[in-house]
Amino acid sequence: MNFRKILALITIILLGIFILQAFLIIPEKGEIALNNFGKADIENRTAQLYIDKSVNSTNEQVIYKESKDKESGSANIVTSIVANYRALDTLGEVTVLFLAATGLSAILYNKKHAKSNFILKEDSFILKNGIKILFPLLILAGSYIIIYGHLSPGGSFQGGAVIATAFLLKLLSSKEYELDENILKIIEVTAGVSFVSIGLYGLYAEGSFLTNFLETGTIANLFSGGIVPIIYITIGLKVAVELTNIINDLMKA
Amino acid sequence: MIDFLEKWSFFGGSVLLILIGLYGVITRKNLIKIFIGLSLMDTGINVLLVSLGYVEGGIAPIITSTINNNSYNFVDPIPQALVLTSIVIGVAVLALGLGVIIKIYEKYNTLDISEIRGLRW
Repeated sequence: MNFRKILALITIILLGIFILQAFLIIPEKGEIALNNFGKADIENRTAQLYIDKSVNSTNEQVIYKESKDKESGSANIVTSIVANYRALDTLGEVTVLFLAATGLSAILYNKKHAKSNFILKEDSFILKNGIKILFPLLILAGSYIIIYGHLSPGGSFQGGAVIATAFLLKLLSSKEYELDENILKIIEVTAGVSFVSIGLYGLYAEGSFLTNFLETGTIANLFSGGIVPIIYITIGLKVAVELTNIINDLMKA
Repeated sequence: MIDFLEKWSFFGGSVLLILIGLYGVITRKNLIKIFIGLSLMDTGINVLLVSLGYVEGGIAPIITSTINNNSYNFVDPIPQALVLTSIVIGVAVLALGLGVIIKIYEKYNTLDISEIRGLRW
């Protein structure tokens, strides 16, 4: 128990008391405080407008496979927030992801493309042959999660992670397997540029960035939601390629 | 007791996770262990955000064939949307940090911060 540990303990205990007392504040009238667990007041939050799909329009019921032409057509409300109402946020977060991936490539860049320090044991039979079967299935599952992101749980970030896992297994299974970095770059740039150009077309057609300019269709149909599935596919490609790139960089470092 | 646990397991637990991560960051000397601490703090913040949007008996905010209109008792979708992106960014930032650690190891041949000039305190 040296000085540093005692100091750390005192710090975290003080910080813990400081954070936890924020949950115990009882609000006076007109004040807003953190809610108790399980008592989130959804009806007075912005969330209720997103659930009713009535940020700009009047409150109508949203009914499965019946409601038409709502302002956001995706059945998964989280998706309608990520890719429609708060798509600008998502653009920013994809940019952070891009910066992290590019920074990692820059840090780990090897001029001579020297041999990897990452020592793989001899390829195991089960790993090698299992991945031949698993690889297409993982790609299929990832694509399904991305394409059905506006209808079912999941979406572009999760699907992208699944696809990146497929490439991780492929890289682990064989020493010779190499990814073509140029193709990765082309896919990534195309996805990023199309995300931004969809947003710019919204600016041109409807007057604000990343607005929905297509018909939103009937809720819970595959072709519904206007630009939401298109944006989600571009984000999915971008996330998949960036995570694959990160894995590739770390393994070749 | 059960009442107390139900009320505090998520808020208290996530705050505890953040504090454990911070303790690790302060006391550990191995760079990789410091990064594990940062990752724990990340997870704690995500759990805290999601649990702030929980409604008792709430269901996932997706309109399906059984939950077929918007009058059901949904949980708050906004924290979920924010945490969804934050998890992926957490992974990317962790990878960036590990890349820096690889370079530090190549230069100094050690991961102990008390032996690396410029990281000592």
